[in-house]
Amino acid sequence: MAEIAESGGGGHDKGKKRAKKSSTRVDMTPMVDLAFLLLTFFVLTSTFSKPKVMSLAYPAKIDEPVDKNAPKLNNGITFLLSKDKIFYYTGEFYPADRPGKDGPTKLTETNFSASGLRKVLADLNSYVLLRKEGMVKKVKAKQMADTTYTRELELLKGKPEALKVLVKTDDKALCKNFIDLIDEVKIAEIGVIAPVPMLPAELKLLETQLKK
Amino acid sequence: MPKIKIPKSSPSIDMTPMVDLAFLLVTFFMLAASFRPSEPVTVETASSISDKVIPENNIMVTLDTDGKVYFNLTNPEARKEALNNMASLYKVSFNEEQIEKFALMSTFGCTMKELPAYIDLPGDSRKEFKTEGIPLDSLDNQLKNWISYSQMAALNTGKTAYEEAKQKGLAPDADDFKPKFIIRADGKSVYKKAEKVIDVFRELNLNNLNFVTSSEFNPNNPN
Repeated sequence: MAEIAESGGGGHDKGKKRAKKSSTRVDMTPMVDLAFLLLTFFVLTSTFSKPKVMSLAYPAKIDEPVDKNAPKLNNGITFLLSKDKIFYYTGEFYPADRPGKDGPTKLTETNFSASGLRKVLADLNSYVLLRKEGMVKKVKAKQMADTTYTRELELLKGKPEALKVLVKTDDKALCKNFIDLIDEVKIAEIGVIAPVPMLPAELKLLETQLKK
Repeated sequence: MPKIKIPKSSPSIDMTPMVDLAFLLVTFFMLAASFRPSEPVTVETASSISDKVIPENNIMVTLDTDGKVYFNLTNPEARKEALNNMASLYKVSFNEEQIEKFALMSTFGCTMKELPAYIDLPGDSRKEFKTEGIPLDSLDNQLKNWISYSQMAALNTGKTAYEEAKQKGLAPDADDFKPKFIIRADGKSVYKKAEKVIDVFRELNLNNLNFVTSSEFNPNNPN
């Protein structure tokens, strides 16, 4: 493509000296090759999604014994997490040898899909979610300020009627399972999340469930 | 018979617009790309709806699929201070050059004994360095010491940065200058291993932790 006009030997022009007419075109192929090479390199190496962080406050380690007169957990849900499996029970835990009003605690299995875990949490936390919906409508109708909304939502999440979540994991649970669960809990606008160690009785129950 | 003449068109096409575009894209990607130092470990994190970006001043503990623990601290000044403290505690000596090199390094995962040799390696071969990660069991809890010294050092550097910002007439938020604690665990690692790291943080009374995640669609906030 290098179109530089060649003079066909200097022998047969008749005295007149002509300026050599060279084409203005330059061969751009190598440059284009390089440009595309660089382009491919940058396209393939660049990552645009910057990693995000999800904050989670853990309970402080206190050596003091637990206060026996502390109010009982009445609207809590406990998740027992194993590898890619998730079980839950609501309210207090009653082992087989010390059954409660409705007999010993039974585990219910669910999954990480929108129809599983998300629905369970949305149903149980309807107290917060319904009020949140009302507030969102108010914000949209410009009856409530954004800042008031965020503040009210935080207050709402901390109310006694709001759902509390306990997360217990066994030895096989993966970090992905744990983070997925916390994520779903956050989607359901739950303010109180406590990752706590599993009781031996719970572990036994979980293992019998897993064997089924 | 008359011959059918095929019109002779020039085989060369004007490539200028294409080249223009190509260079425009090259420039864009070059400027948009941010180069980061190579890390000794690749981690596939789980995804979450969180849209909080990683804070700049952070102390990060990485956990890979095998449960090995790596440590990173972002502020170079704080890195030097933490290394000096760790060196005197574990009686490992570093020369000036090693300290300078360490300040500019990224994540590392080796014991204090291995650290001088690890620093001396050229950047590319650090990935192949055979190590068991930073020990964190109760007999030799180096991770705990790293975290506590780093936190002190990062608080000091954060404090000077805060004072500087104040003198410039800005209204800085003191919280922005405090180091944040981040756990970057591989999605496939066992949670119990992450819990051990979390327990180290909790023993130091650092209970507000952050998990690194990749972003995911948020059903509450569809934009």
